[in-house]
Amino acid sequence: MNTLPQQLANGLFLGSMYGLIAIGYTMVYGIVQLINFAHGEIFMTGGFGALTVYLYVLPDGTTMWVALPAMLIGGGIVSVLIAVGAERFAYRPLRGAPRLAPLITAIGLSLALQQAVFNWYPDAKTDINFPQLPFGPWHLGSVSISSGSVFVIVAAPLCMAALALFVNLSRTGRAMQATAQDPDTAQLMGIDTNRIIVIAFAIGGFFAAVAAVAYGLRYGSVKYDMGFQMGLKAFTAAVLGGIGNIYGAMIGGLVLGLAETMATSYIDGIPGMQQLGGGGWASVWAFVLLILVLLFRPQGLVGERVADRA
Amino acid sequence: MTALLEVEDLKVAYGKIEAVKGISFTVEAGQIVTLIGTNGAGKTTTLRTLSGLLKPSSGRVLFDGKPITGVPAHKIVSLGLAHSPEGRHIFPRLTITENLQLGAFLRSDKAGIEKDIQRAYDLFPILGERRKQAAGTLSGGEQQMLAMGRALMCQPKLLMLDEPSMGLSPIMMQKIMSTIAELKATGMTILLVEQNAQAALSLADQGHVMEVGSIVLSGTGQDLIHDESVRKAYLGED
Repeated sequence: MNTLPQQLANGLFLGSMYGLIAIGYTMVYGIVQLINFAHGEIFMTGGFGALTVYLYVLPDGTTMWVALPAMLIGGGIVSVLIAVGAERFAYRPLRGAPRLAPLITAIGLSLALQQAVFNWYPDAKTDINFPQLPFGPWHLGSVSISSGSVFVIVAAPLCMAALALFVNLSRTGRAMQATAQDPDTAQLMGIDTNRIIVIAFAIGGFFAAVAAVAYGLRYGSVKYDMGFQMGLKAFTAAVLGGIGNIYGAMIGGLVLGLAETMATSYIDGIPGMQQLGGGGWASVWAFVLLILVLLFRPQGLVGERVADRA
Repeated sequence: MTALLEVEDLKVAYGKIEAVKGISFTVEAGQIVTLIGTNGAGKTTTLRTLSGLLKPSSGRVLFDGKPITGVPAHKIVSLGLAHSPEGRHIFPRLTITENLQLGAFLRSDKAGIEKDIQRAYDLFPILGERRKQAAGTLSGGEQQMLAMGRALMCQPKLLMLDEPSMGLSPIMMQKIMSTIAELKATGMTILLVEQNAQAALSLADQGHVMEVGSIVLSGTGQDLIHDESVRKAYLGED
């Protein structure tokens, strides 16, 4: 049986999720040159926020047509609050400090969020089942598509299109571009750059929550440490695409997701590489790809040269 | 008549290093006032403090009668104080039109903004010809024109220009200086920081010479141009 269409669909799904999370890394980096290593945990808390809405807010037996939007809003609120809170109380006081200080803070925050969920969320020591959409999987020829995959394959392009329109057409979007290119001068234009930074964190947080809901729907559960791997991969996707560039984040995510899926499925078919296939090697191939791209195109796939800053 | 800008005993420090050590001066409406001095004299620090990018360690600044020390930069712009920064700092990946639009960020009168963009193109025709081009692709002189045009887009009461002639060819420098004279003729008030003392003083109503953070000499532009110590130190005469 030809497994290629199925693997492509899997890669597309995984890549869309990476891309959604990568937006958060890339927007924050683009504007404040900070790598928010707690972003994986912002993703994770979005999943738990959505779960909380389902388990503890909505009445039992609420149909998923009502529950899913409520979960997206709930997860979104949790992720956005944590992202914006992190900016306000952890990163803003360190603006102007040496770069290492916010970086270490981000790592500390990441551990703190993980441990907080681990210790205080009911039954969070292991996987917690995530509600499922009551339909699917569908079969298109040899390809089986779960309802969770459909969700992300619809949600990711919608989010991206909305973001692109926002950044290019709105007044705030223009202010964001200006702040990313030259924050001091942006202030001289009358732009409240603190507000712009908060908006960047908030958008990143919301997209991460969407990705977390997709993750829960697709894999059937959430766990306190799910943000670590996903965050690292999404960061890789952001760098792969060209960090600071929102289109790069999405393209980097898709390329990484597809490459990972292809490598784990087909590399062991190459003579002499029988030992190197399978899911356990997924991350290895992801980072091999990253290293190759950085060797030959250090600015990333669609990144811009940084030479034009006078 | 009260001055448009009053600076009183302004001090600015970077950590423990005091870059501006208590300067006072005023700018009257309709005047060109220039600060001249060598690199590191504190001229740029002074302008960055006036526009709110830096916080003073002490002193008082009144703009249009209101104290503006401690007011964030983006709010100071809205009072009518525009700052065209040293090194031009145009937004390189945005087009010329988009740069000009950003200069009018706080305005909501679309028709008025369009008219002022057109006025910037009239003032600097080359910008109009290249309006769709990314600003980073312009030459240094063209970028300077864009930076000035952009600063004018907020309809300022006071325009601060930091080293507008820096790195420009003599012809381009003349063009910029004559534009400054044109602006003055329309009644614009300008605070001009320049290393090119000759050009700046010949335009200025008032001049102040800064050395290592202090104003060491003040006078009318003509007085300073003929002052012997100024001629020796800044106009390259023996």
